[in-house]
Amino acid sequence: MAKKKEDILETAAKVAKKVAVKAAEAALDVAEAVLDKAAEVTEQVQAAAEEAYKEATTPVITPEMAKIPAGPLELKWTNYKNHQKLVNPANKRRLDIIVVGTGLAGASAAASLAEMGFNVLNFCIQDSPRRAHSIAAQGGINAAKNYQNDGDSVYRLYYDTIKGGDYRAREANVYRLAEVSNNIIDQCVAQGVPFAREYGGLLDNRSFGGAQVSRTFYAKGQTGQQLLLGAYSALSRQIGKGKVKMYTRYEMLDIVLIKDENGEQRARGIIARNLVTGRIERFFAHAVVVGSGGYGNTFFLSTNAMASNGSAAMQMYRHGALFANPCYAQIHPTCIPKHGDFQSKLTLMSESLRNDGRIWVPKKLEDAKRLQAGEIKGRDIPEEDRDYYLERRYPAFGNLVPRDVASRAAKERCDKGYGVNNTGLAVFLDFSEAIQRLGKDVVAQKYGNLFQMYEKIVDENPYENPMMIFPAIHYTMGGIWVDYELQTSVKGLFCIGEANFSDHGANRLGASALMQGLADGYFVLPYTIQNYLSDQIGVPRMSTDLPEFAAAEKAVQDKIDRLMAIQGKRSVDSIHKELGLIMWDFVGMGRTAEGLKEGIKKIDAIKKEFWTNVYIPGEANALNNELEKALRLADFIEIGRLMAVDALHREESCGGHFREEYQTPEGEALRQDDKFSYVGCWKYMGEDKEPQLIKEPLDYEFTERKTRNYKN
Amino acid sequence: MDSYIDIKVRVWRQAGPKAQGHFETYELKHVFQGASFLEMIDILNEQLVAEHKDPVTYDHDCREGICGMCSMYVNGHPHGPDSAITTCQLHMRKFKDGETITVEPWRSRAFPVIKDLMVDRQAYDKIMQAGGFVSVNTGGVPDANAIPIPKPVADEAMDAASCIGCGACAAACKNGSAMLFVAAKVSQLALLPQGKIEAAARAKAMVAKMDELGFGNCTNTGACAAECPKSVSLANIARLNREFLCAKFQD
Repeated sequence: MAKKKEDILETAAKVAKKVAVKAAEAALDVAEAVLDKAAEVTEQVQAAAEEAYKEATTPVITPEMAKIPAGPLELKWTNYKNHQKLVNPANKRRLDIIVVGTGLAGASAAASLAEMGFNVLNFCIQDSPRRAHSIAAQGGINAAKNYQNDGDSVYRLYYDTIKGGDYRAREANVYRLAEVSNNIIDQCVAQGVPFAREYGGLLDNRSFGGAQVSRTFYAKGQTGQQLLLGAYSALSRQIGKGKVKMYTRYEMLDIVLIKDENGEQRARGIIARNLVTGRIERFFAHAVVVGSGGYGNTFFLSTNAMASNGSAAMQMYRHGALFANPCYAQIHPTCIPKHGDFQSKLTLMSESLRNDGRIWVPKKLEDAKRLQAGEIKGRDIPEEDRDYYLERRYPAFGNLVPRDVASRAAKERCDKGYGVNNTGLAVFLDFSEAIQRLGKDVVAQKYGNLFQMYEKIVDENPYENPMMIFPAIHYTMGGIWVDYELQTSVKGLFCIGEANFSDHGANRLGASALMQGLADGYFVLPYTIQNYLSDQIGVPRMSTDLPEFAAAEKAVQDKIDRLMAIQGKRSVDSIHKELGLIMWDFVGMGRTAEGLKEGIKKIDAIKKEFWTNVYIPGEANALNNELEKALRLADFIEIGRLMAVDALHREESCGGHFREEYQTPEGEALRQDDKFSYVGCWKYMGEDKEPQLIKEPLDYEFTERKTRNYKN
Repeated sequence: MDSYIDIKVRVWRQAGPKAQGHFETYELKHVFQGASFLEMIDILNEQLVAEHKDPVTYDHDCREGICGMCSMYVNGHPHGPDSAITTCQLHMRKFKDGETITVEPWRSRAFPVIKDLMVDRQAYDKIMQAGGFVSVNTGGVPDANAIPIPKPVADEAMDAASCIGCGACAAACKNGSAMLFVAAKVSQLALLPQGKIEAAARAKAMVAKMDELGFGNCTNTGACAAECPKSVSLANIARLNREFLCAKFQD
């Protein structure tokens, strides 16, 4: 019995030990898990703390700093004008203003400032101010005239613009833009701009993307040309009067800042290169206005003109002007597809074509394959086998959805294999239904010059076979940060037109670029610059022999010498094309964190290649196109990197910026209003140093933010 | 169908305004006919840069036929053998395999050569500065619909206004006359009520400036309109003459 008891006790002890070990083991597991969890939480807390620290230490631009006037939205501009400071006529004569650029913004500003009595020095890189790239805008210009009695108003134009920009623009600026839009049309008509008219003699309108009213004024397919020639004629009048001194074939290569008596830096002039003689020259002014256009040519292939560049913007940036939202680039849905490596640019087909043209791809993959192989043409595919994908996805707006939406939808179809040309990167824009409905004559009258342009390039008749189109880089919404007065973060340095960031948010609506350029130049800057100049009337004209001018000129000369001395093996264009491909592949229509990081590495490699292996023939002190291109490319490389850095930091999709990680199940852009409702401004911290992020929060005071809906 | 061609390009080379110019012939192999004429010049320039030679200097910008910057005389025609287009819209499918293509700058007294194919066209700007505008300042203008304009008149003004100021008309003219350019602007503004008020003064001022700058007289040959990339009509010259004569009678 005792033995049995011992046995039992022993067994019990063994069992107890086992249980105890198991329990201890389990306890250990739990403890480990707790520790793991604790570590994880600690990490999270740390990350959150870091984030919070970053958040707390990220400088913020307040509405006061941006000089947004107080008061209700519709009274802000009126209040501003009522209380701003002015310069009297006698003092205007004593003040010089440099205007760089002669596009819609530059020419209208130069002309208006000269009419008011200021002395203007105006610069352009082309042989005549009439050549600026605004001239190529085809479709039209928006204004809230409501001549069509279709329910338009200043508020509605404001609302469409702010919504079209995916709620990433300043409310006050956009409202002002809509407000002055009507003055622009009046001004242009008074100048003799031959807008299209109805038979009754009144002005005609058409519709553009992102709007449900017809508010677009147009002059055939040459609206940009006619508006620019209007501004150019006003400018010519002032040149004739001697109030504007015009410098053609001059390129600005730097801004000159001089400290005032309080030690504050102010823009006081520029360094420019005479492109014919190669001579570097100095120019003084009391204020500098830059309207140098966008930086779309970073991509090499774009709809921009060959000489369009972002160098002026980079010069401002390097002097402390903030670069805002560089990643917001517009990809225009209706361009003629790329057709070869030799290609120098992409040609835009006006958005107005989407009034009557219907966009489609085949429903069946086998039809797409046969189109790609060149076995059939678009007209061979029967109606029931066509997928009008914009009408299908967005019934309310159909073919007239905003540009970013239309571009992404085209990419989506082509990515799935439905592309219609040999590269698989094209969709159809079809007029057969419009020709049936309106007759060929009416279609020819409306779009004849565009059809001719298409036929000359592609060698195919768009009346008989649908046009082929594909998205291409067209416009940059991002640009130099400006306050409500269009002044940059550098005193006395103003930025207007496409070069600034101000009014379009993350996506620009069609026919709004012309509106903004002329609004800035005719009706905004000529007012706001006086608020700055009013306390400059005592500042005498300064000599360009001052050390600041000499130093700026020397820096420019050193940079040119450095470029000329490389004497490597590669042409400027070959490097630029390589940059363009990287931009399109990694910083293009669909961006990812991984791709952007890869892109930045590749851009850094390109920079190295450029600065060690570019070859520039000829002399620096003579006419030298290759040197001009090299100077621009040096800046494009920096802009490309800045675009990628900004796109990487903006972890959301909005407007023209589409991060593939942030989309709805239907593939629409997914904004993160709680985290990214701000203007991302970048401050230059030095060569090869990471720029610093500064935020201008966008608090929507007057408009409710919604998910953009073009479906119903 | 577009294919590949081998060509010779005979290009005018001139180092500077006062230098002696000459033709230089370059061979280009395997040029795709879908390339534009200026893209062909780009290919030539890439080739020249690779050989460490001076690339051909020429004016170009928008490459979609609207800025008026490109200005080449191709095989004896301003903007080349095709009609109603600029040089940048000319494509290599207009040329045959083995062809020698001659490229020259605008040749006109008022457009001196700067280098190679680049000329100085500031004379056109100066004519515009003399009167190519309506004298209104920014602001304070009437509502855009205050003055109705008959559609046919507006359309005619638009056709005249489509001039891109490229200079092909003066370059094509045996007299080197700028009449079509001047007529286009005078017509556009004389047709519209906004410009009518100053029509007489404008016609006189612009014609006087044109004469002063060394452009020749018009002898109604019509080469200008035939070569105009925007098909600006000769009827505008008739209107200019009428405006000018009326203005003179008023004096």
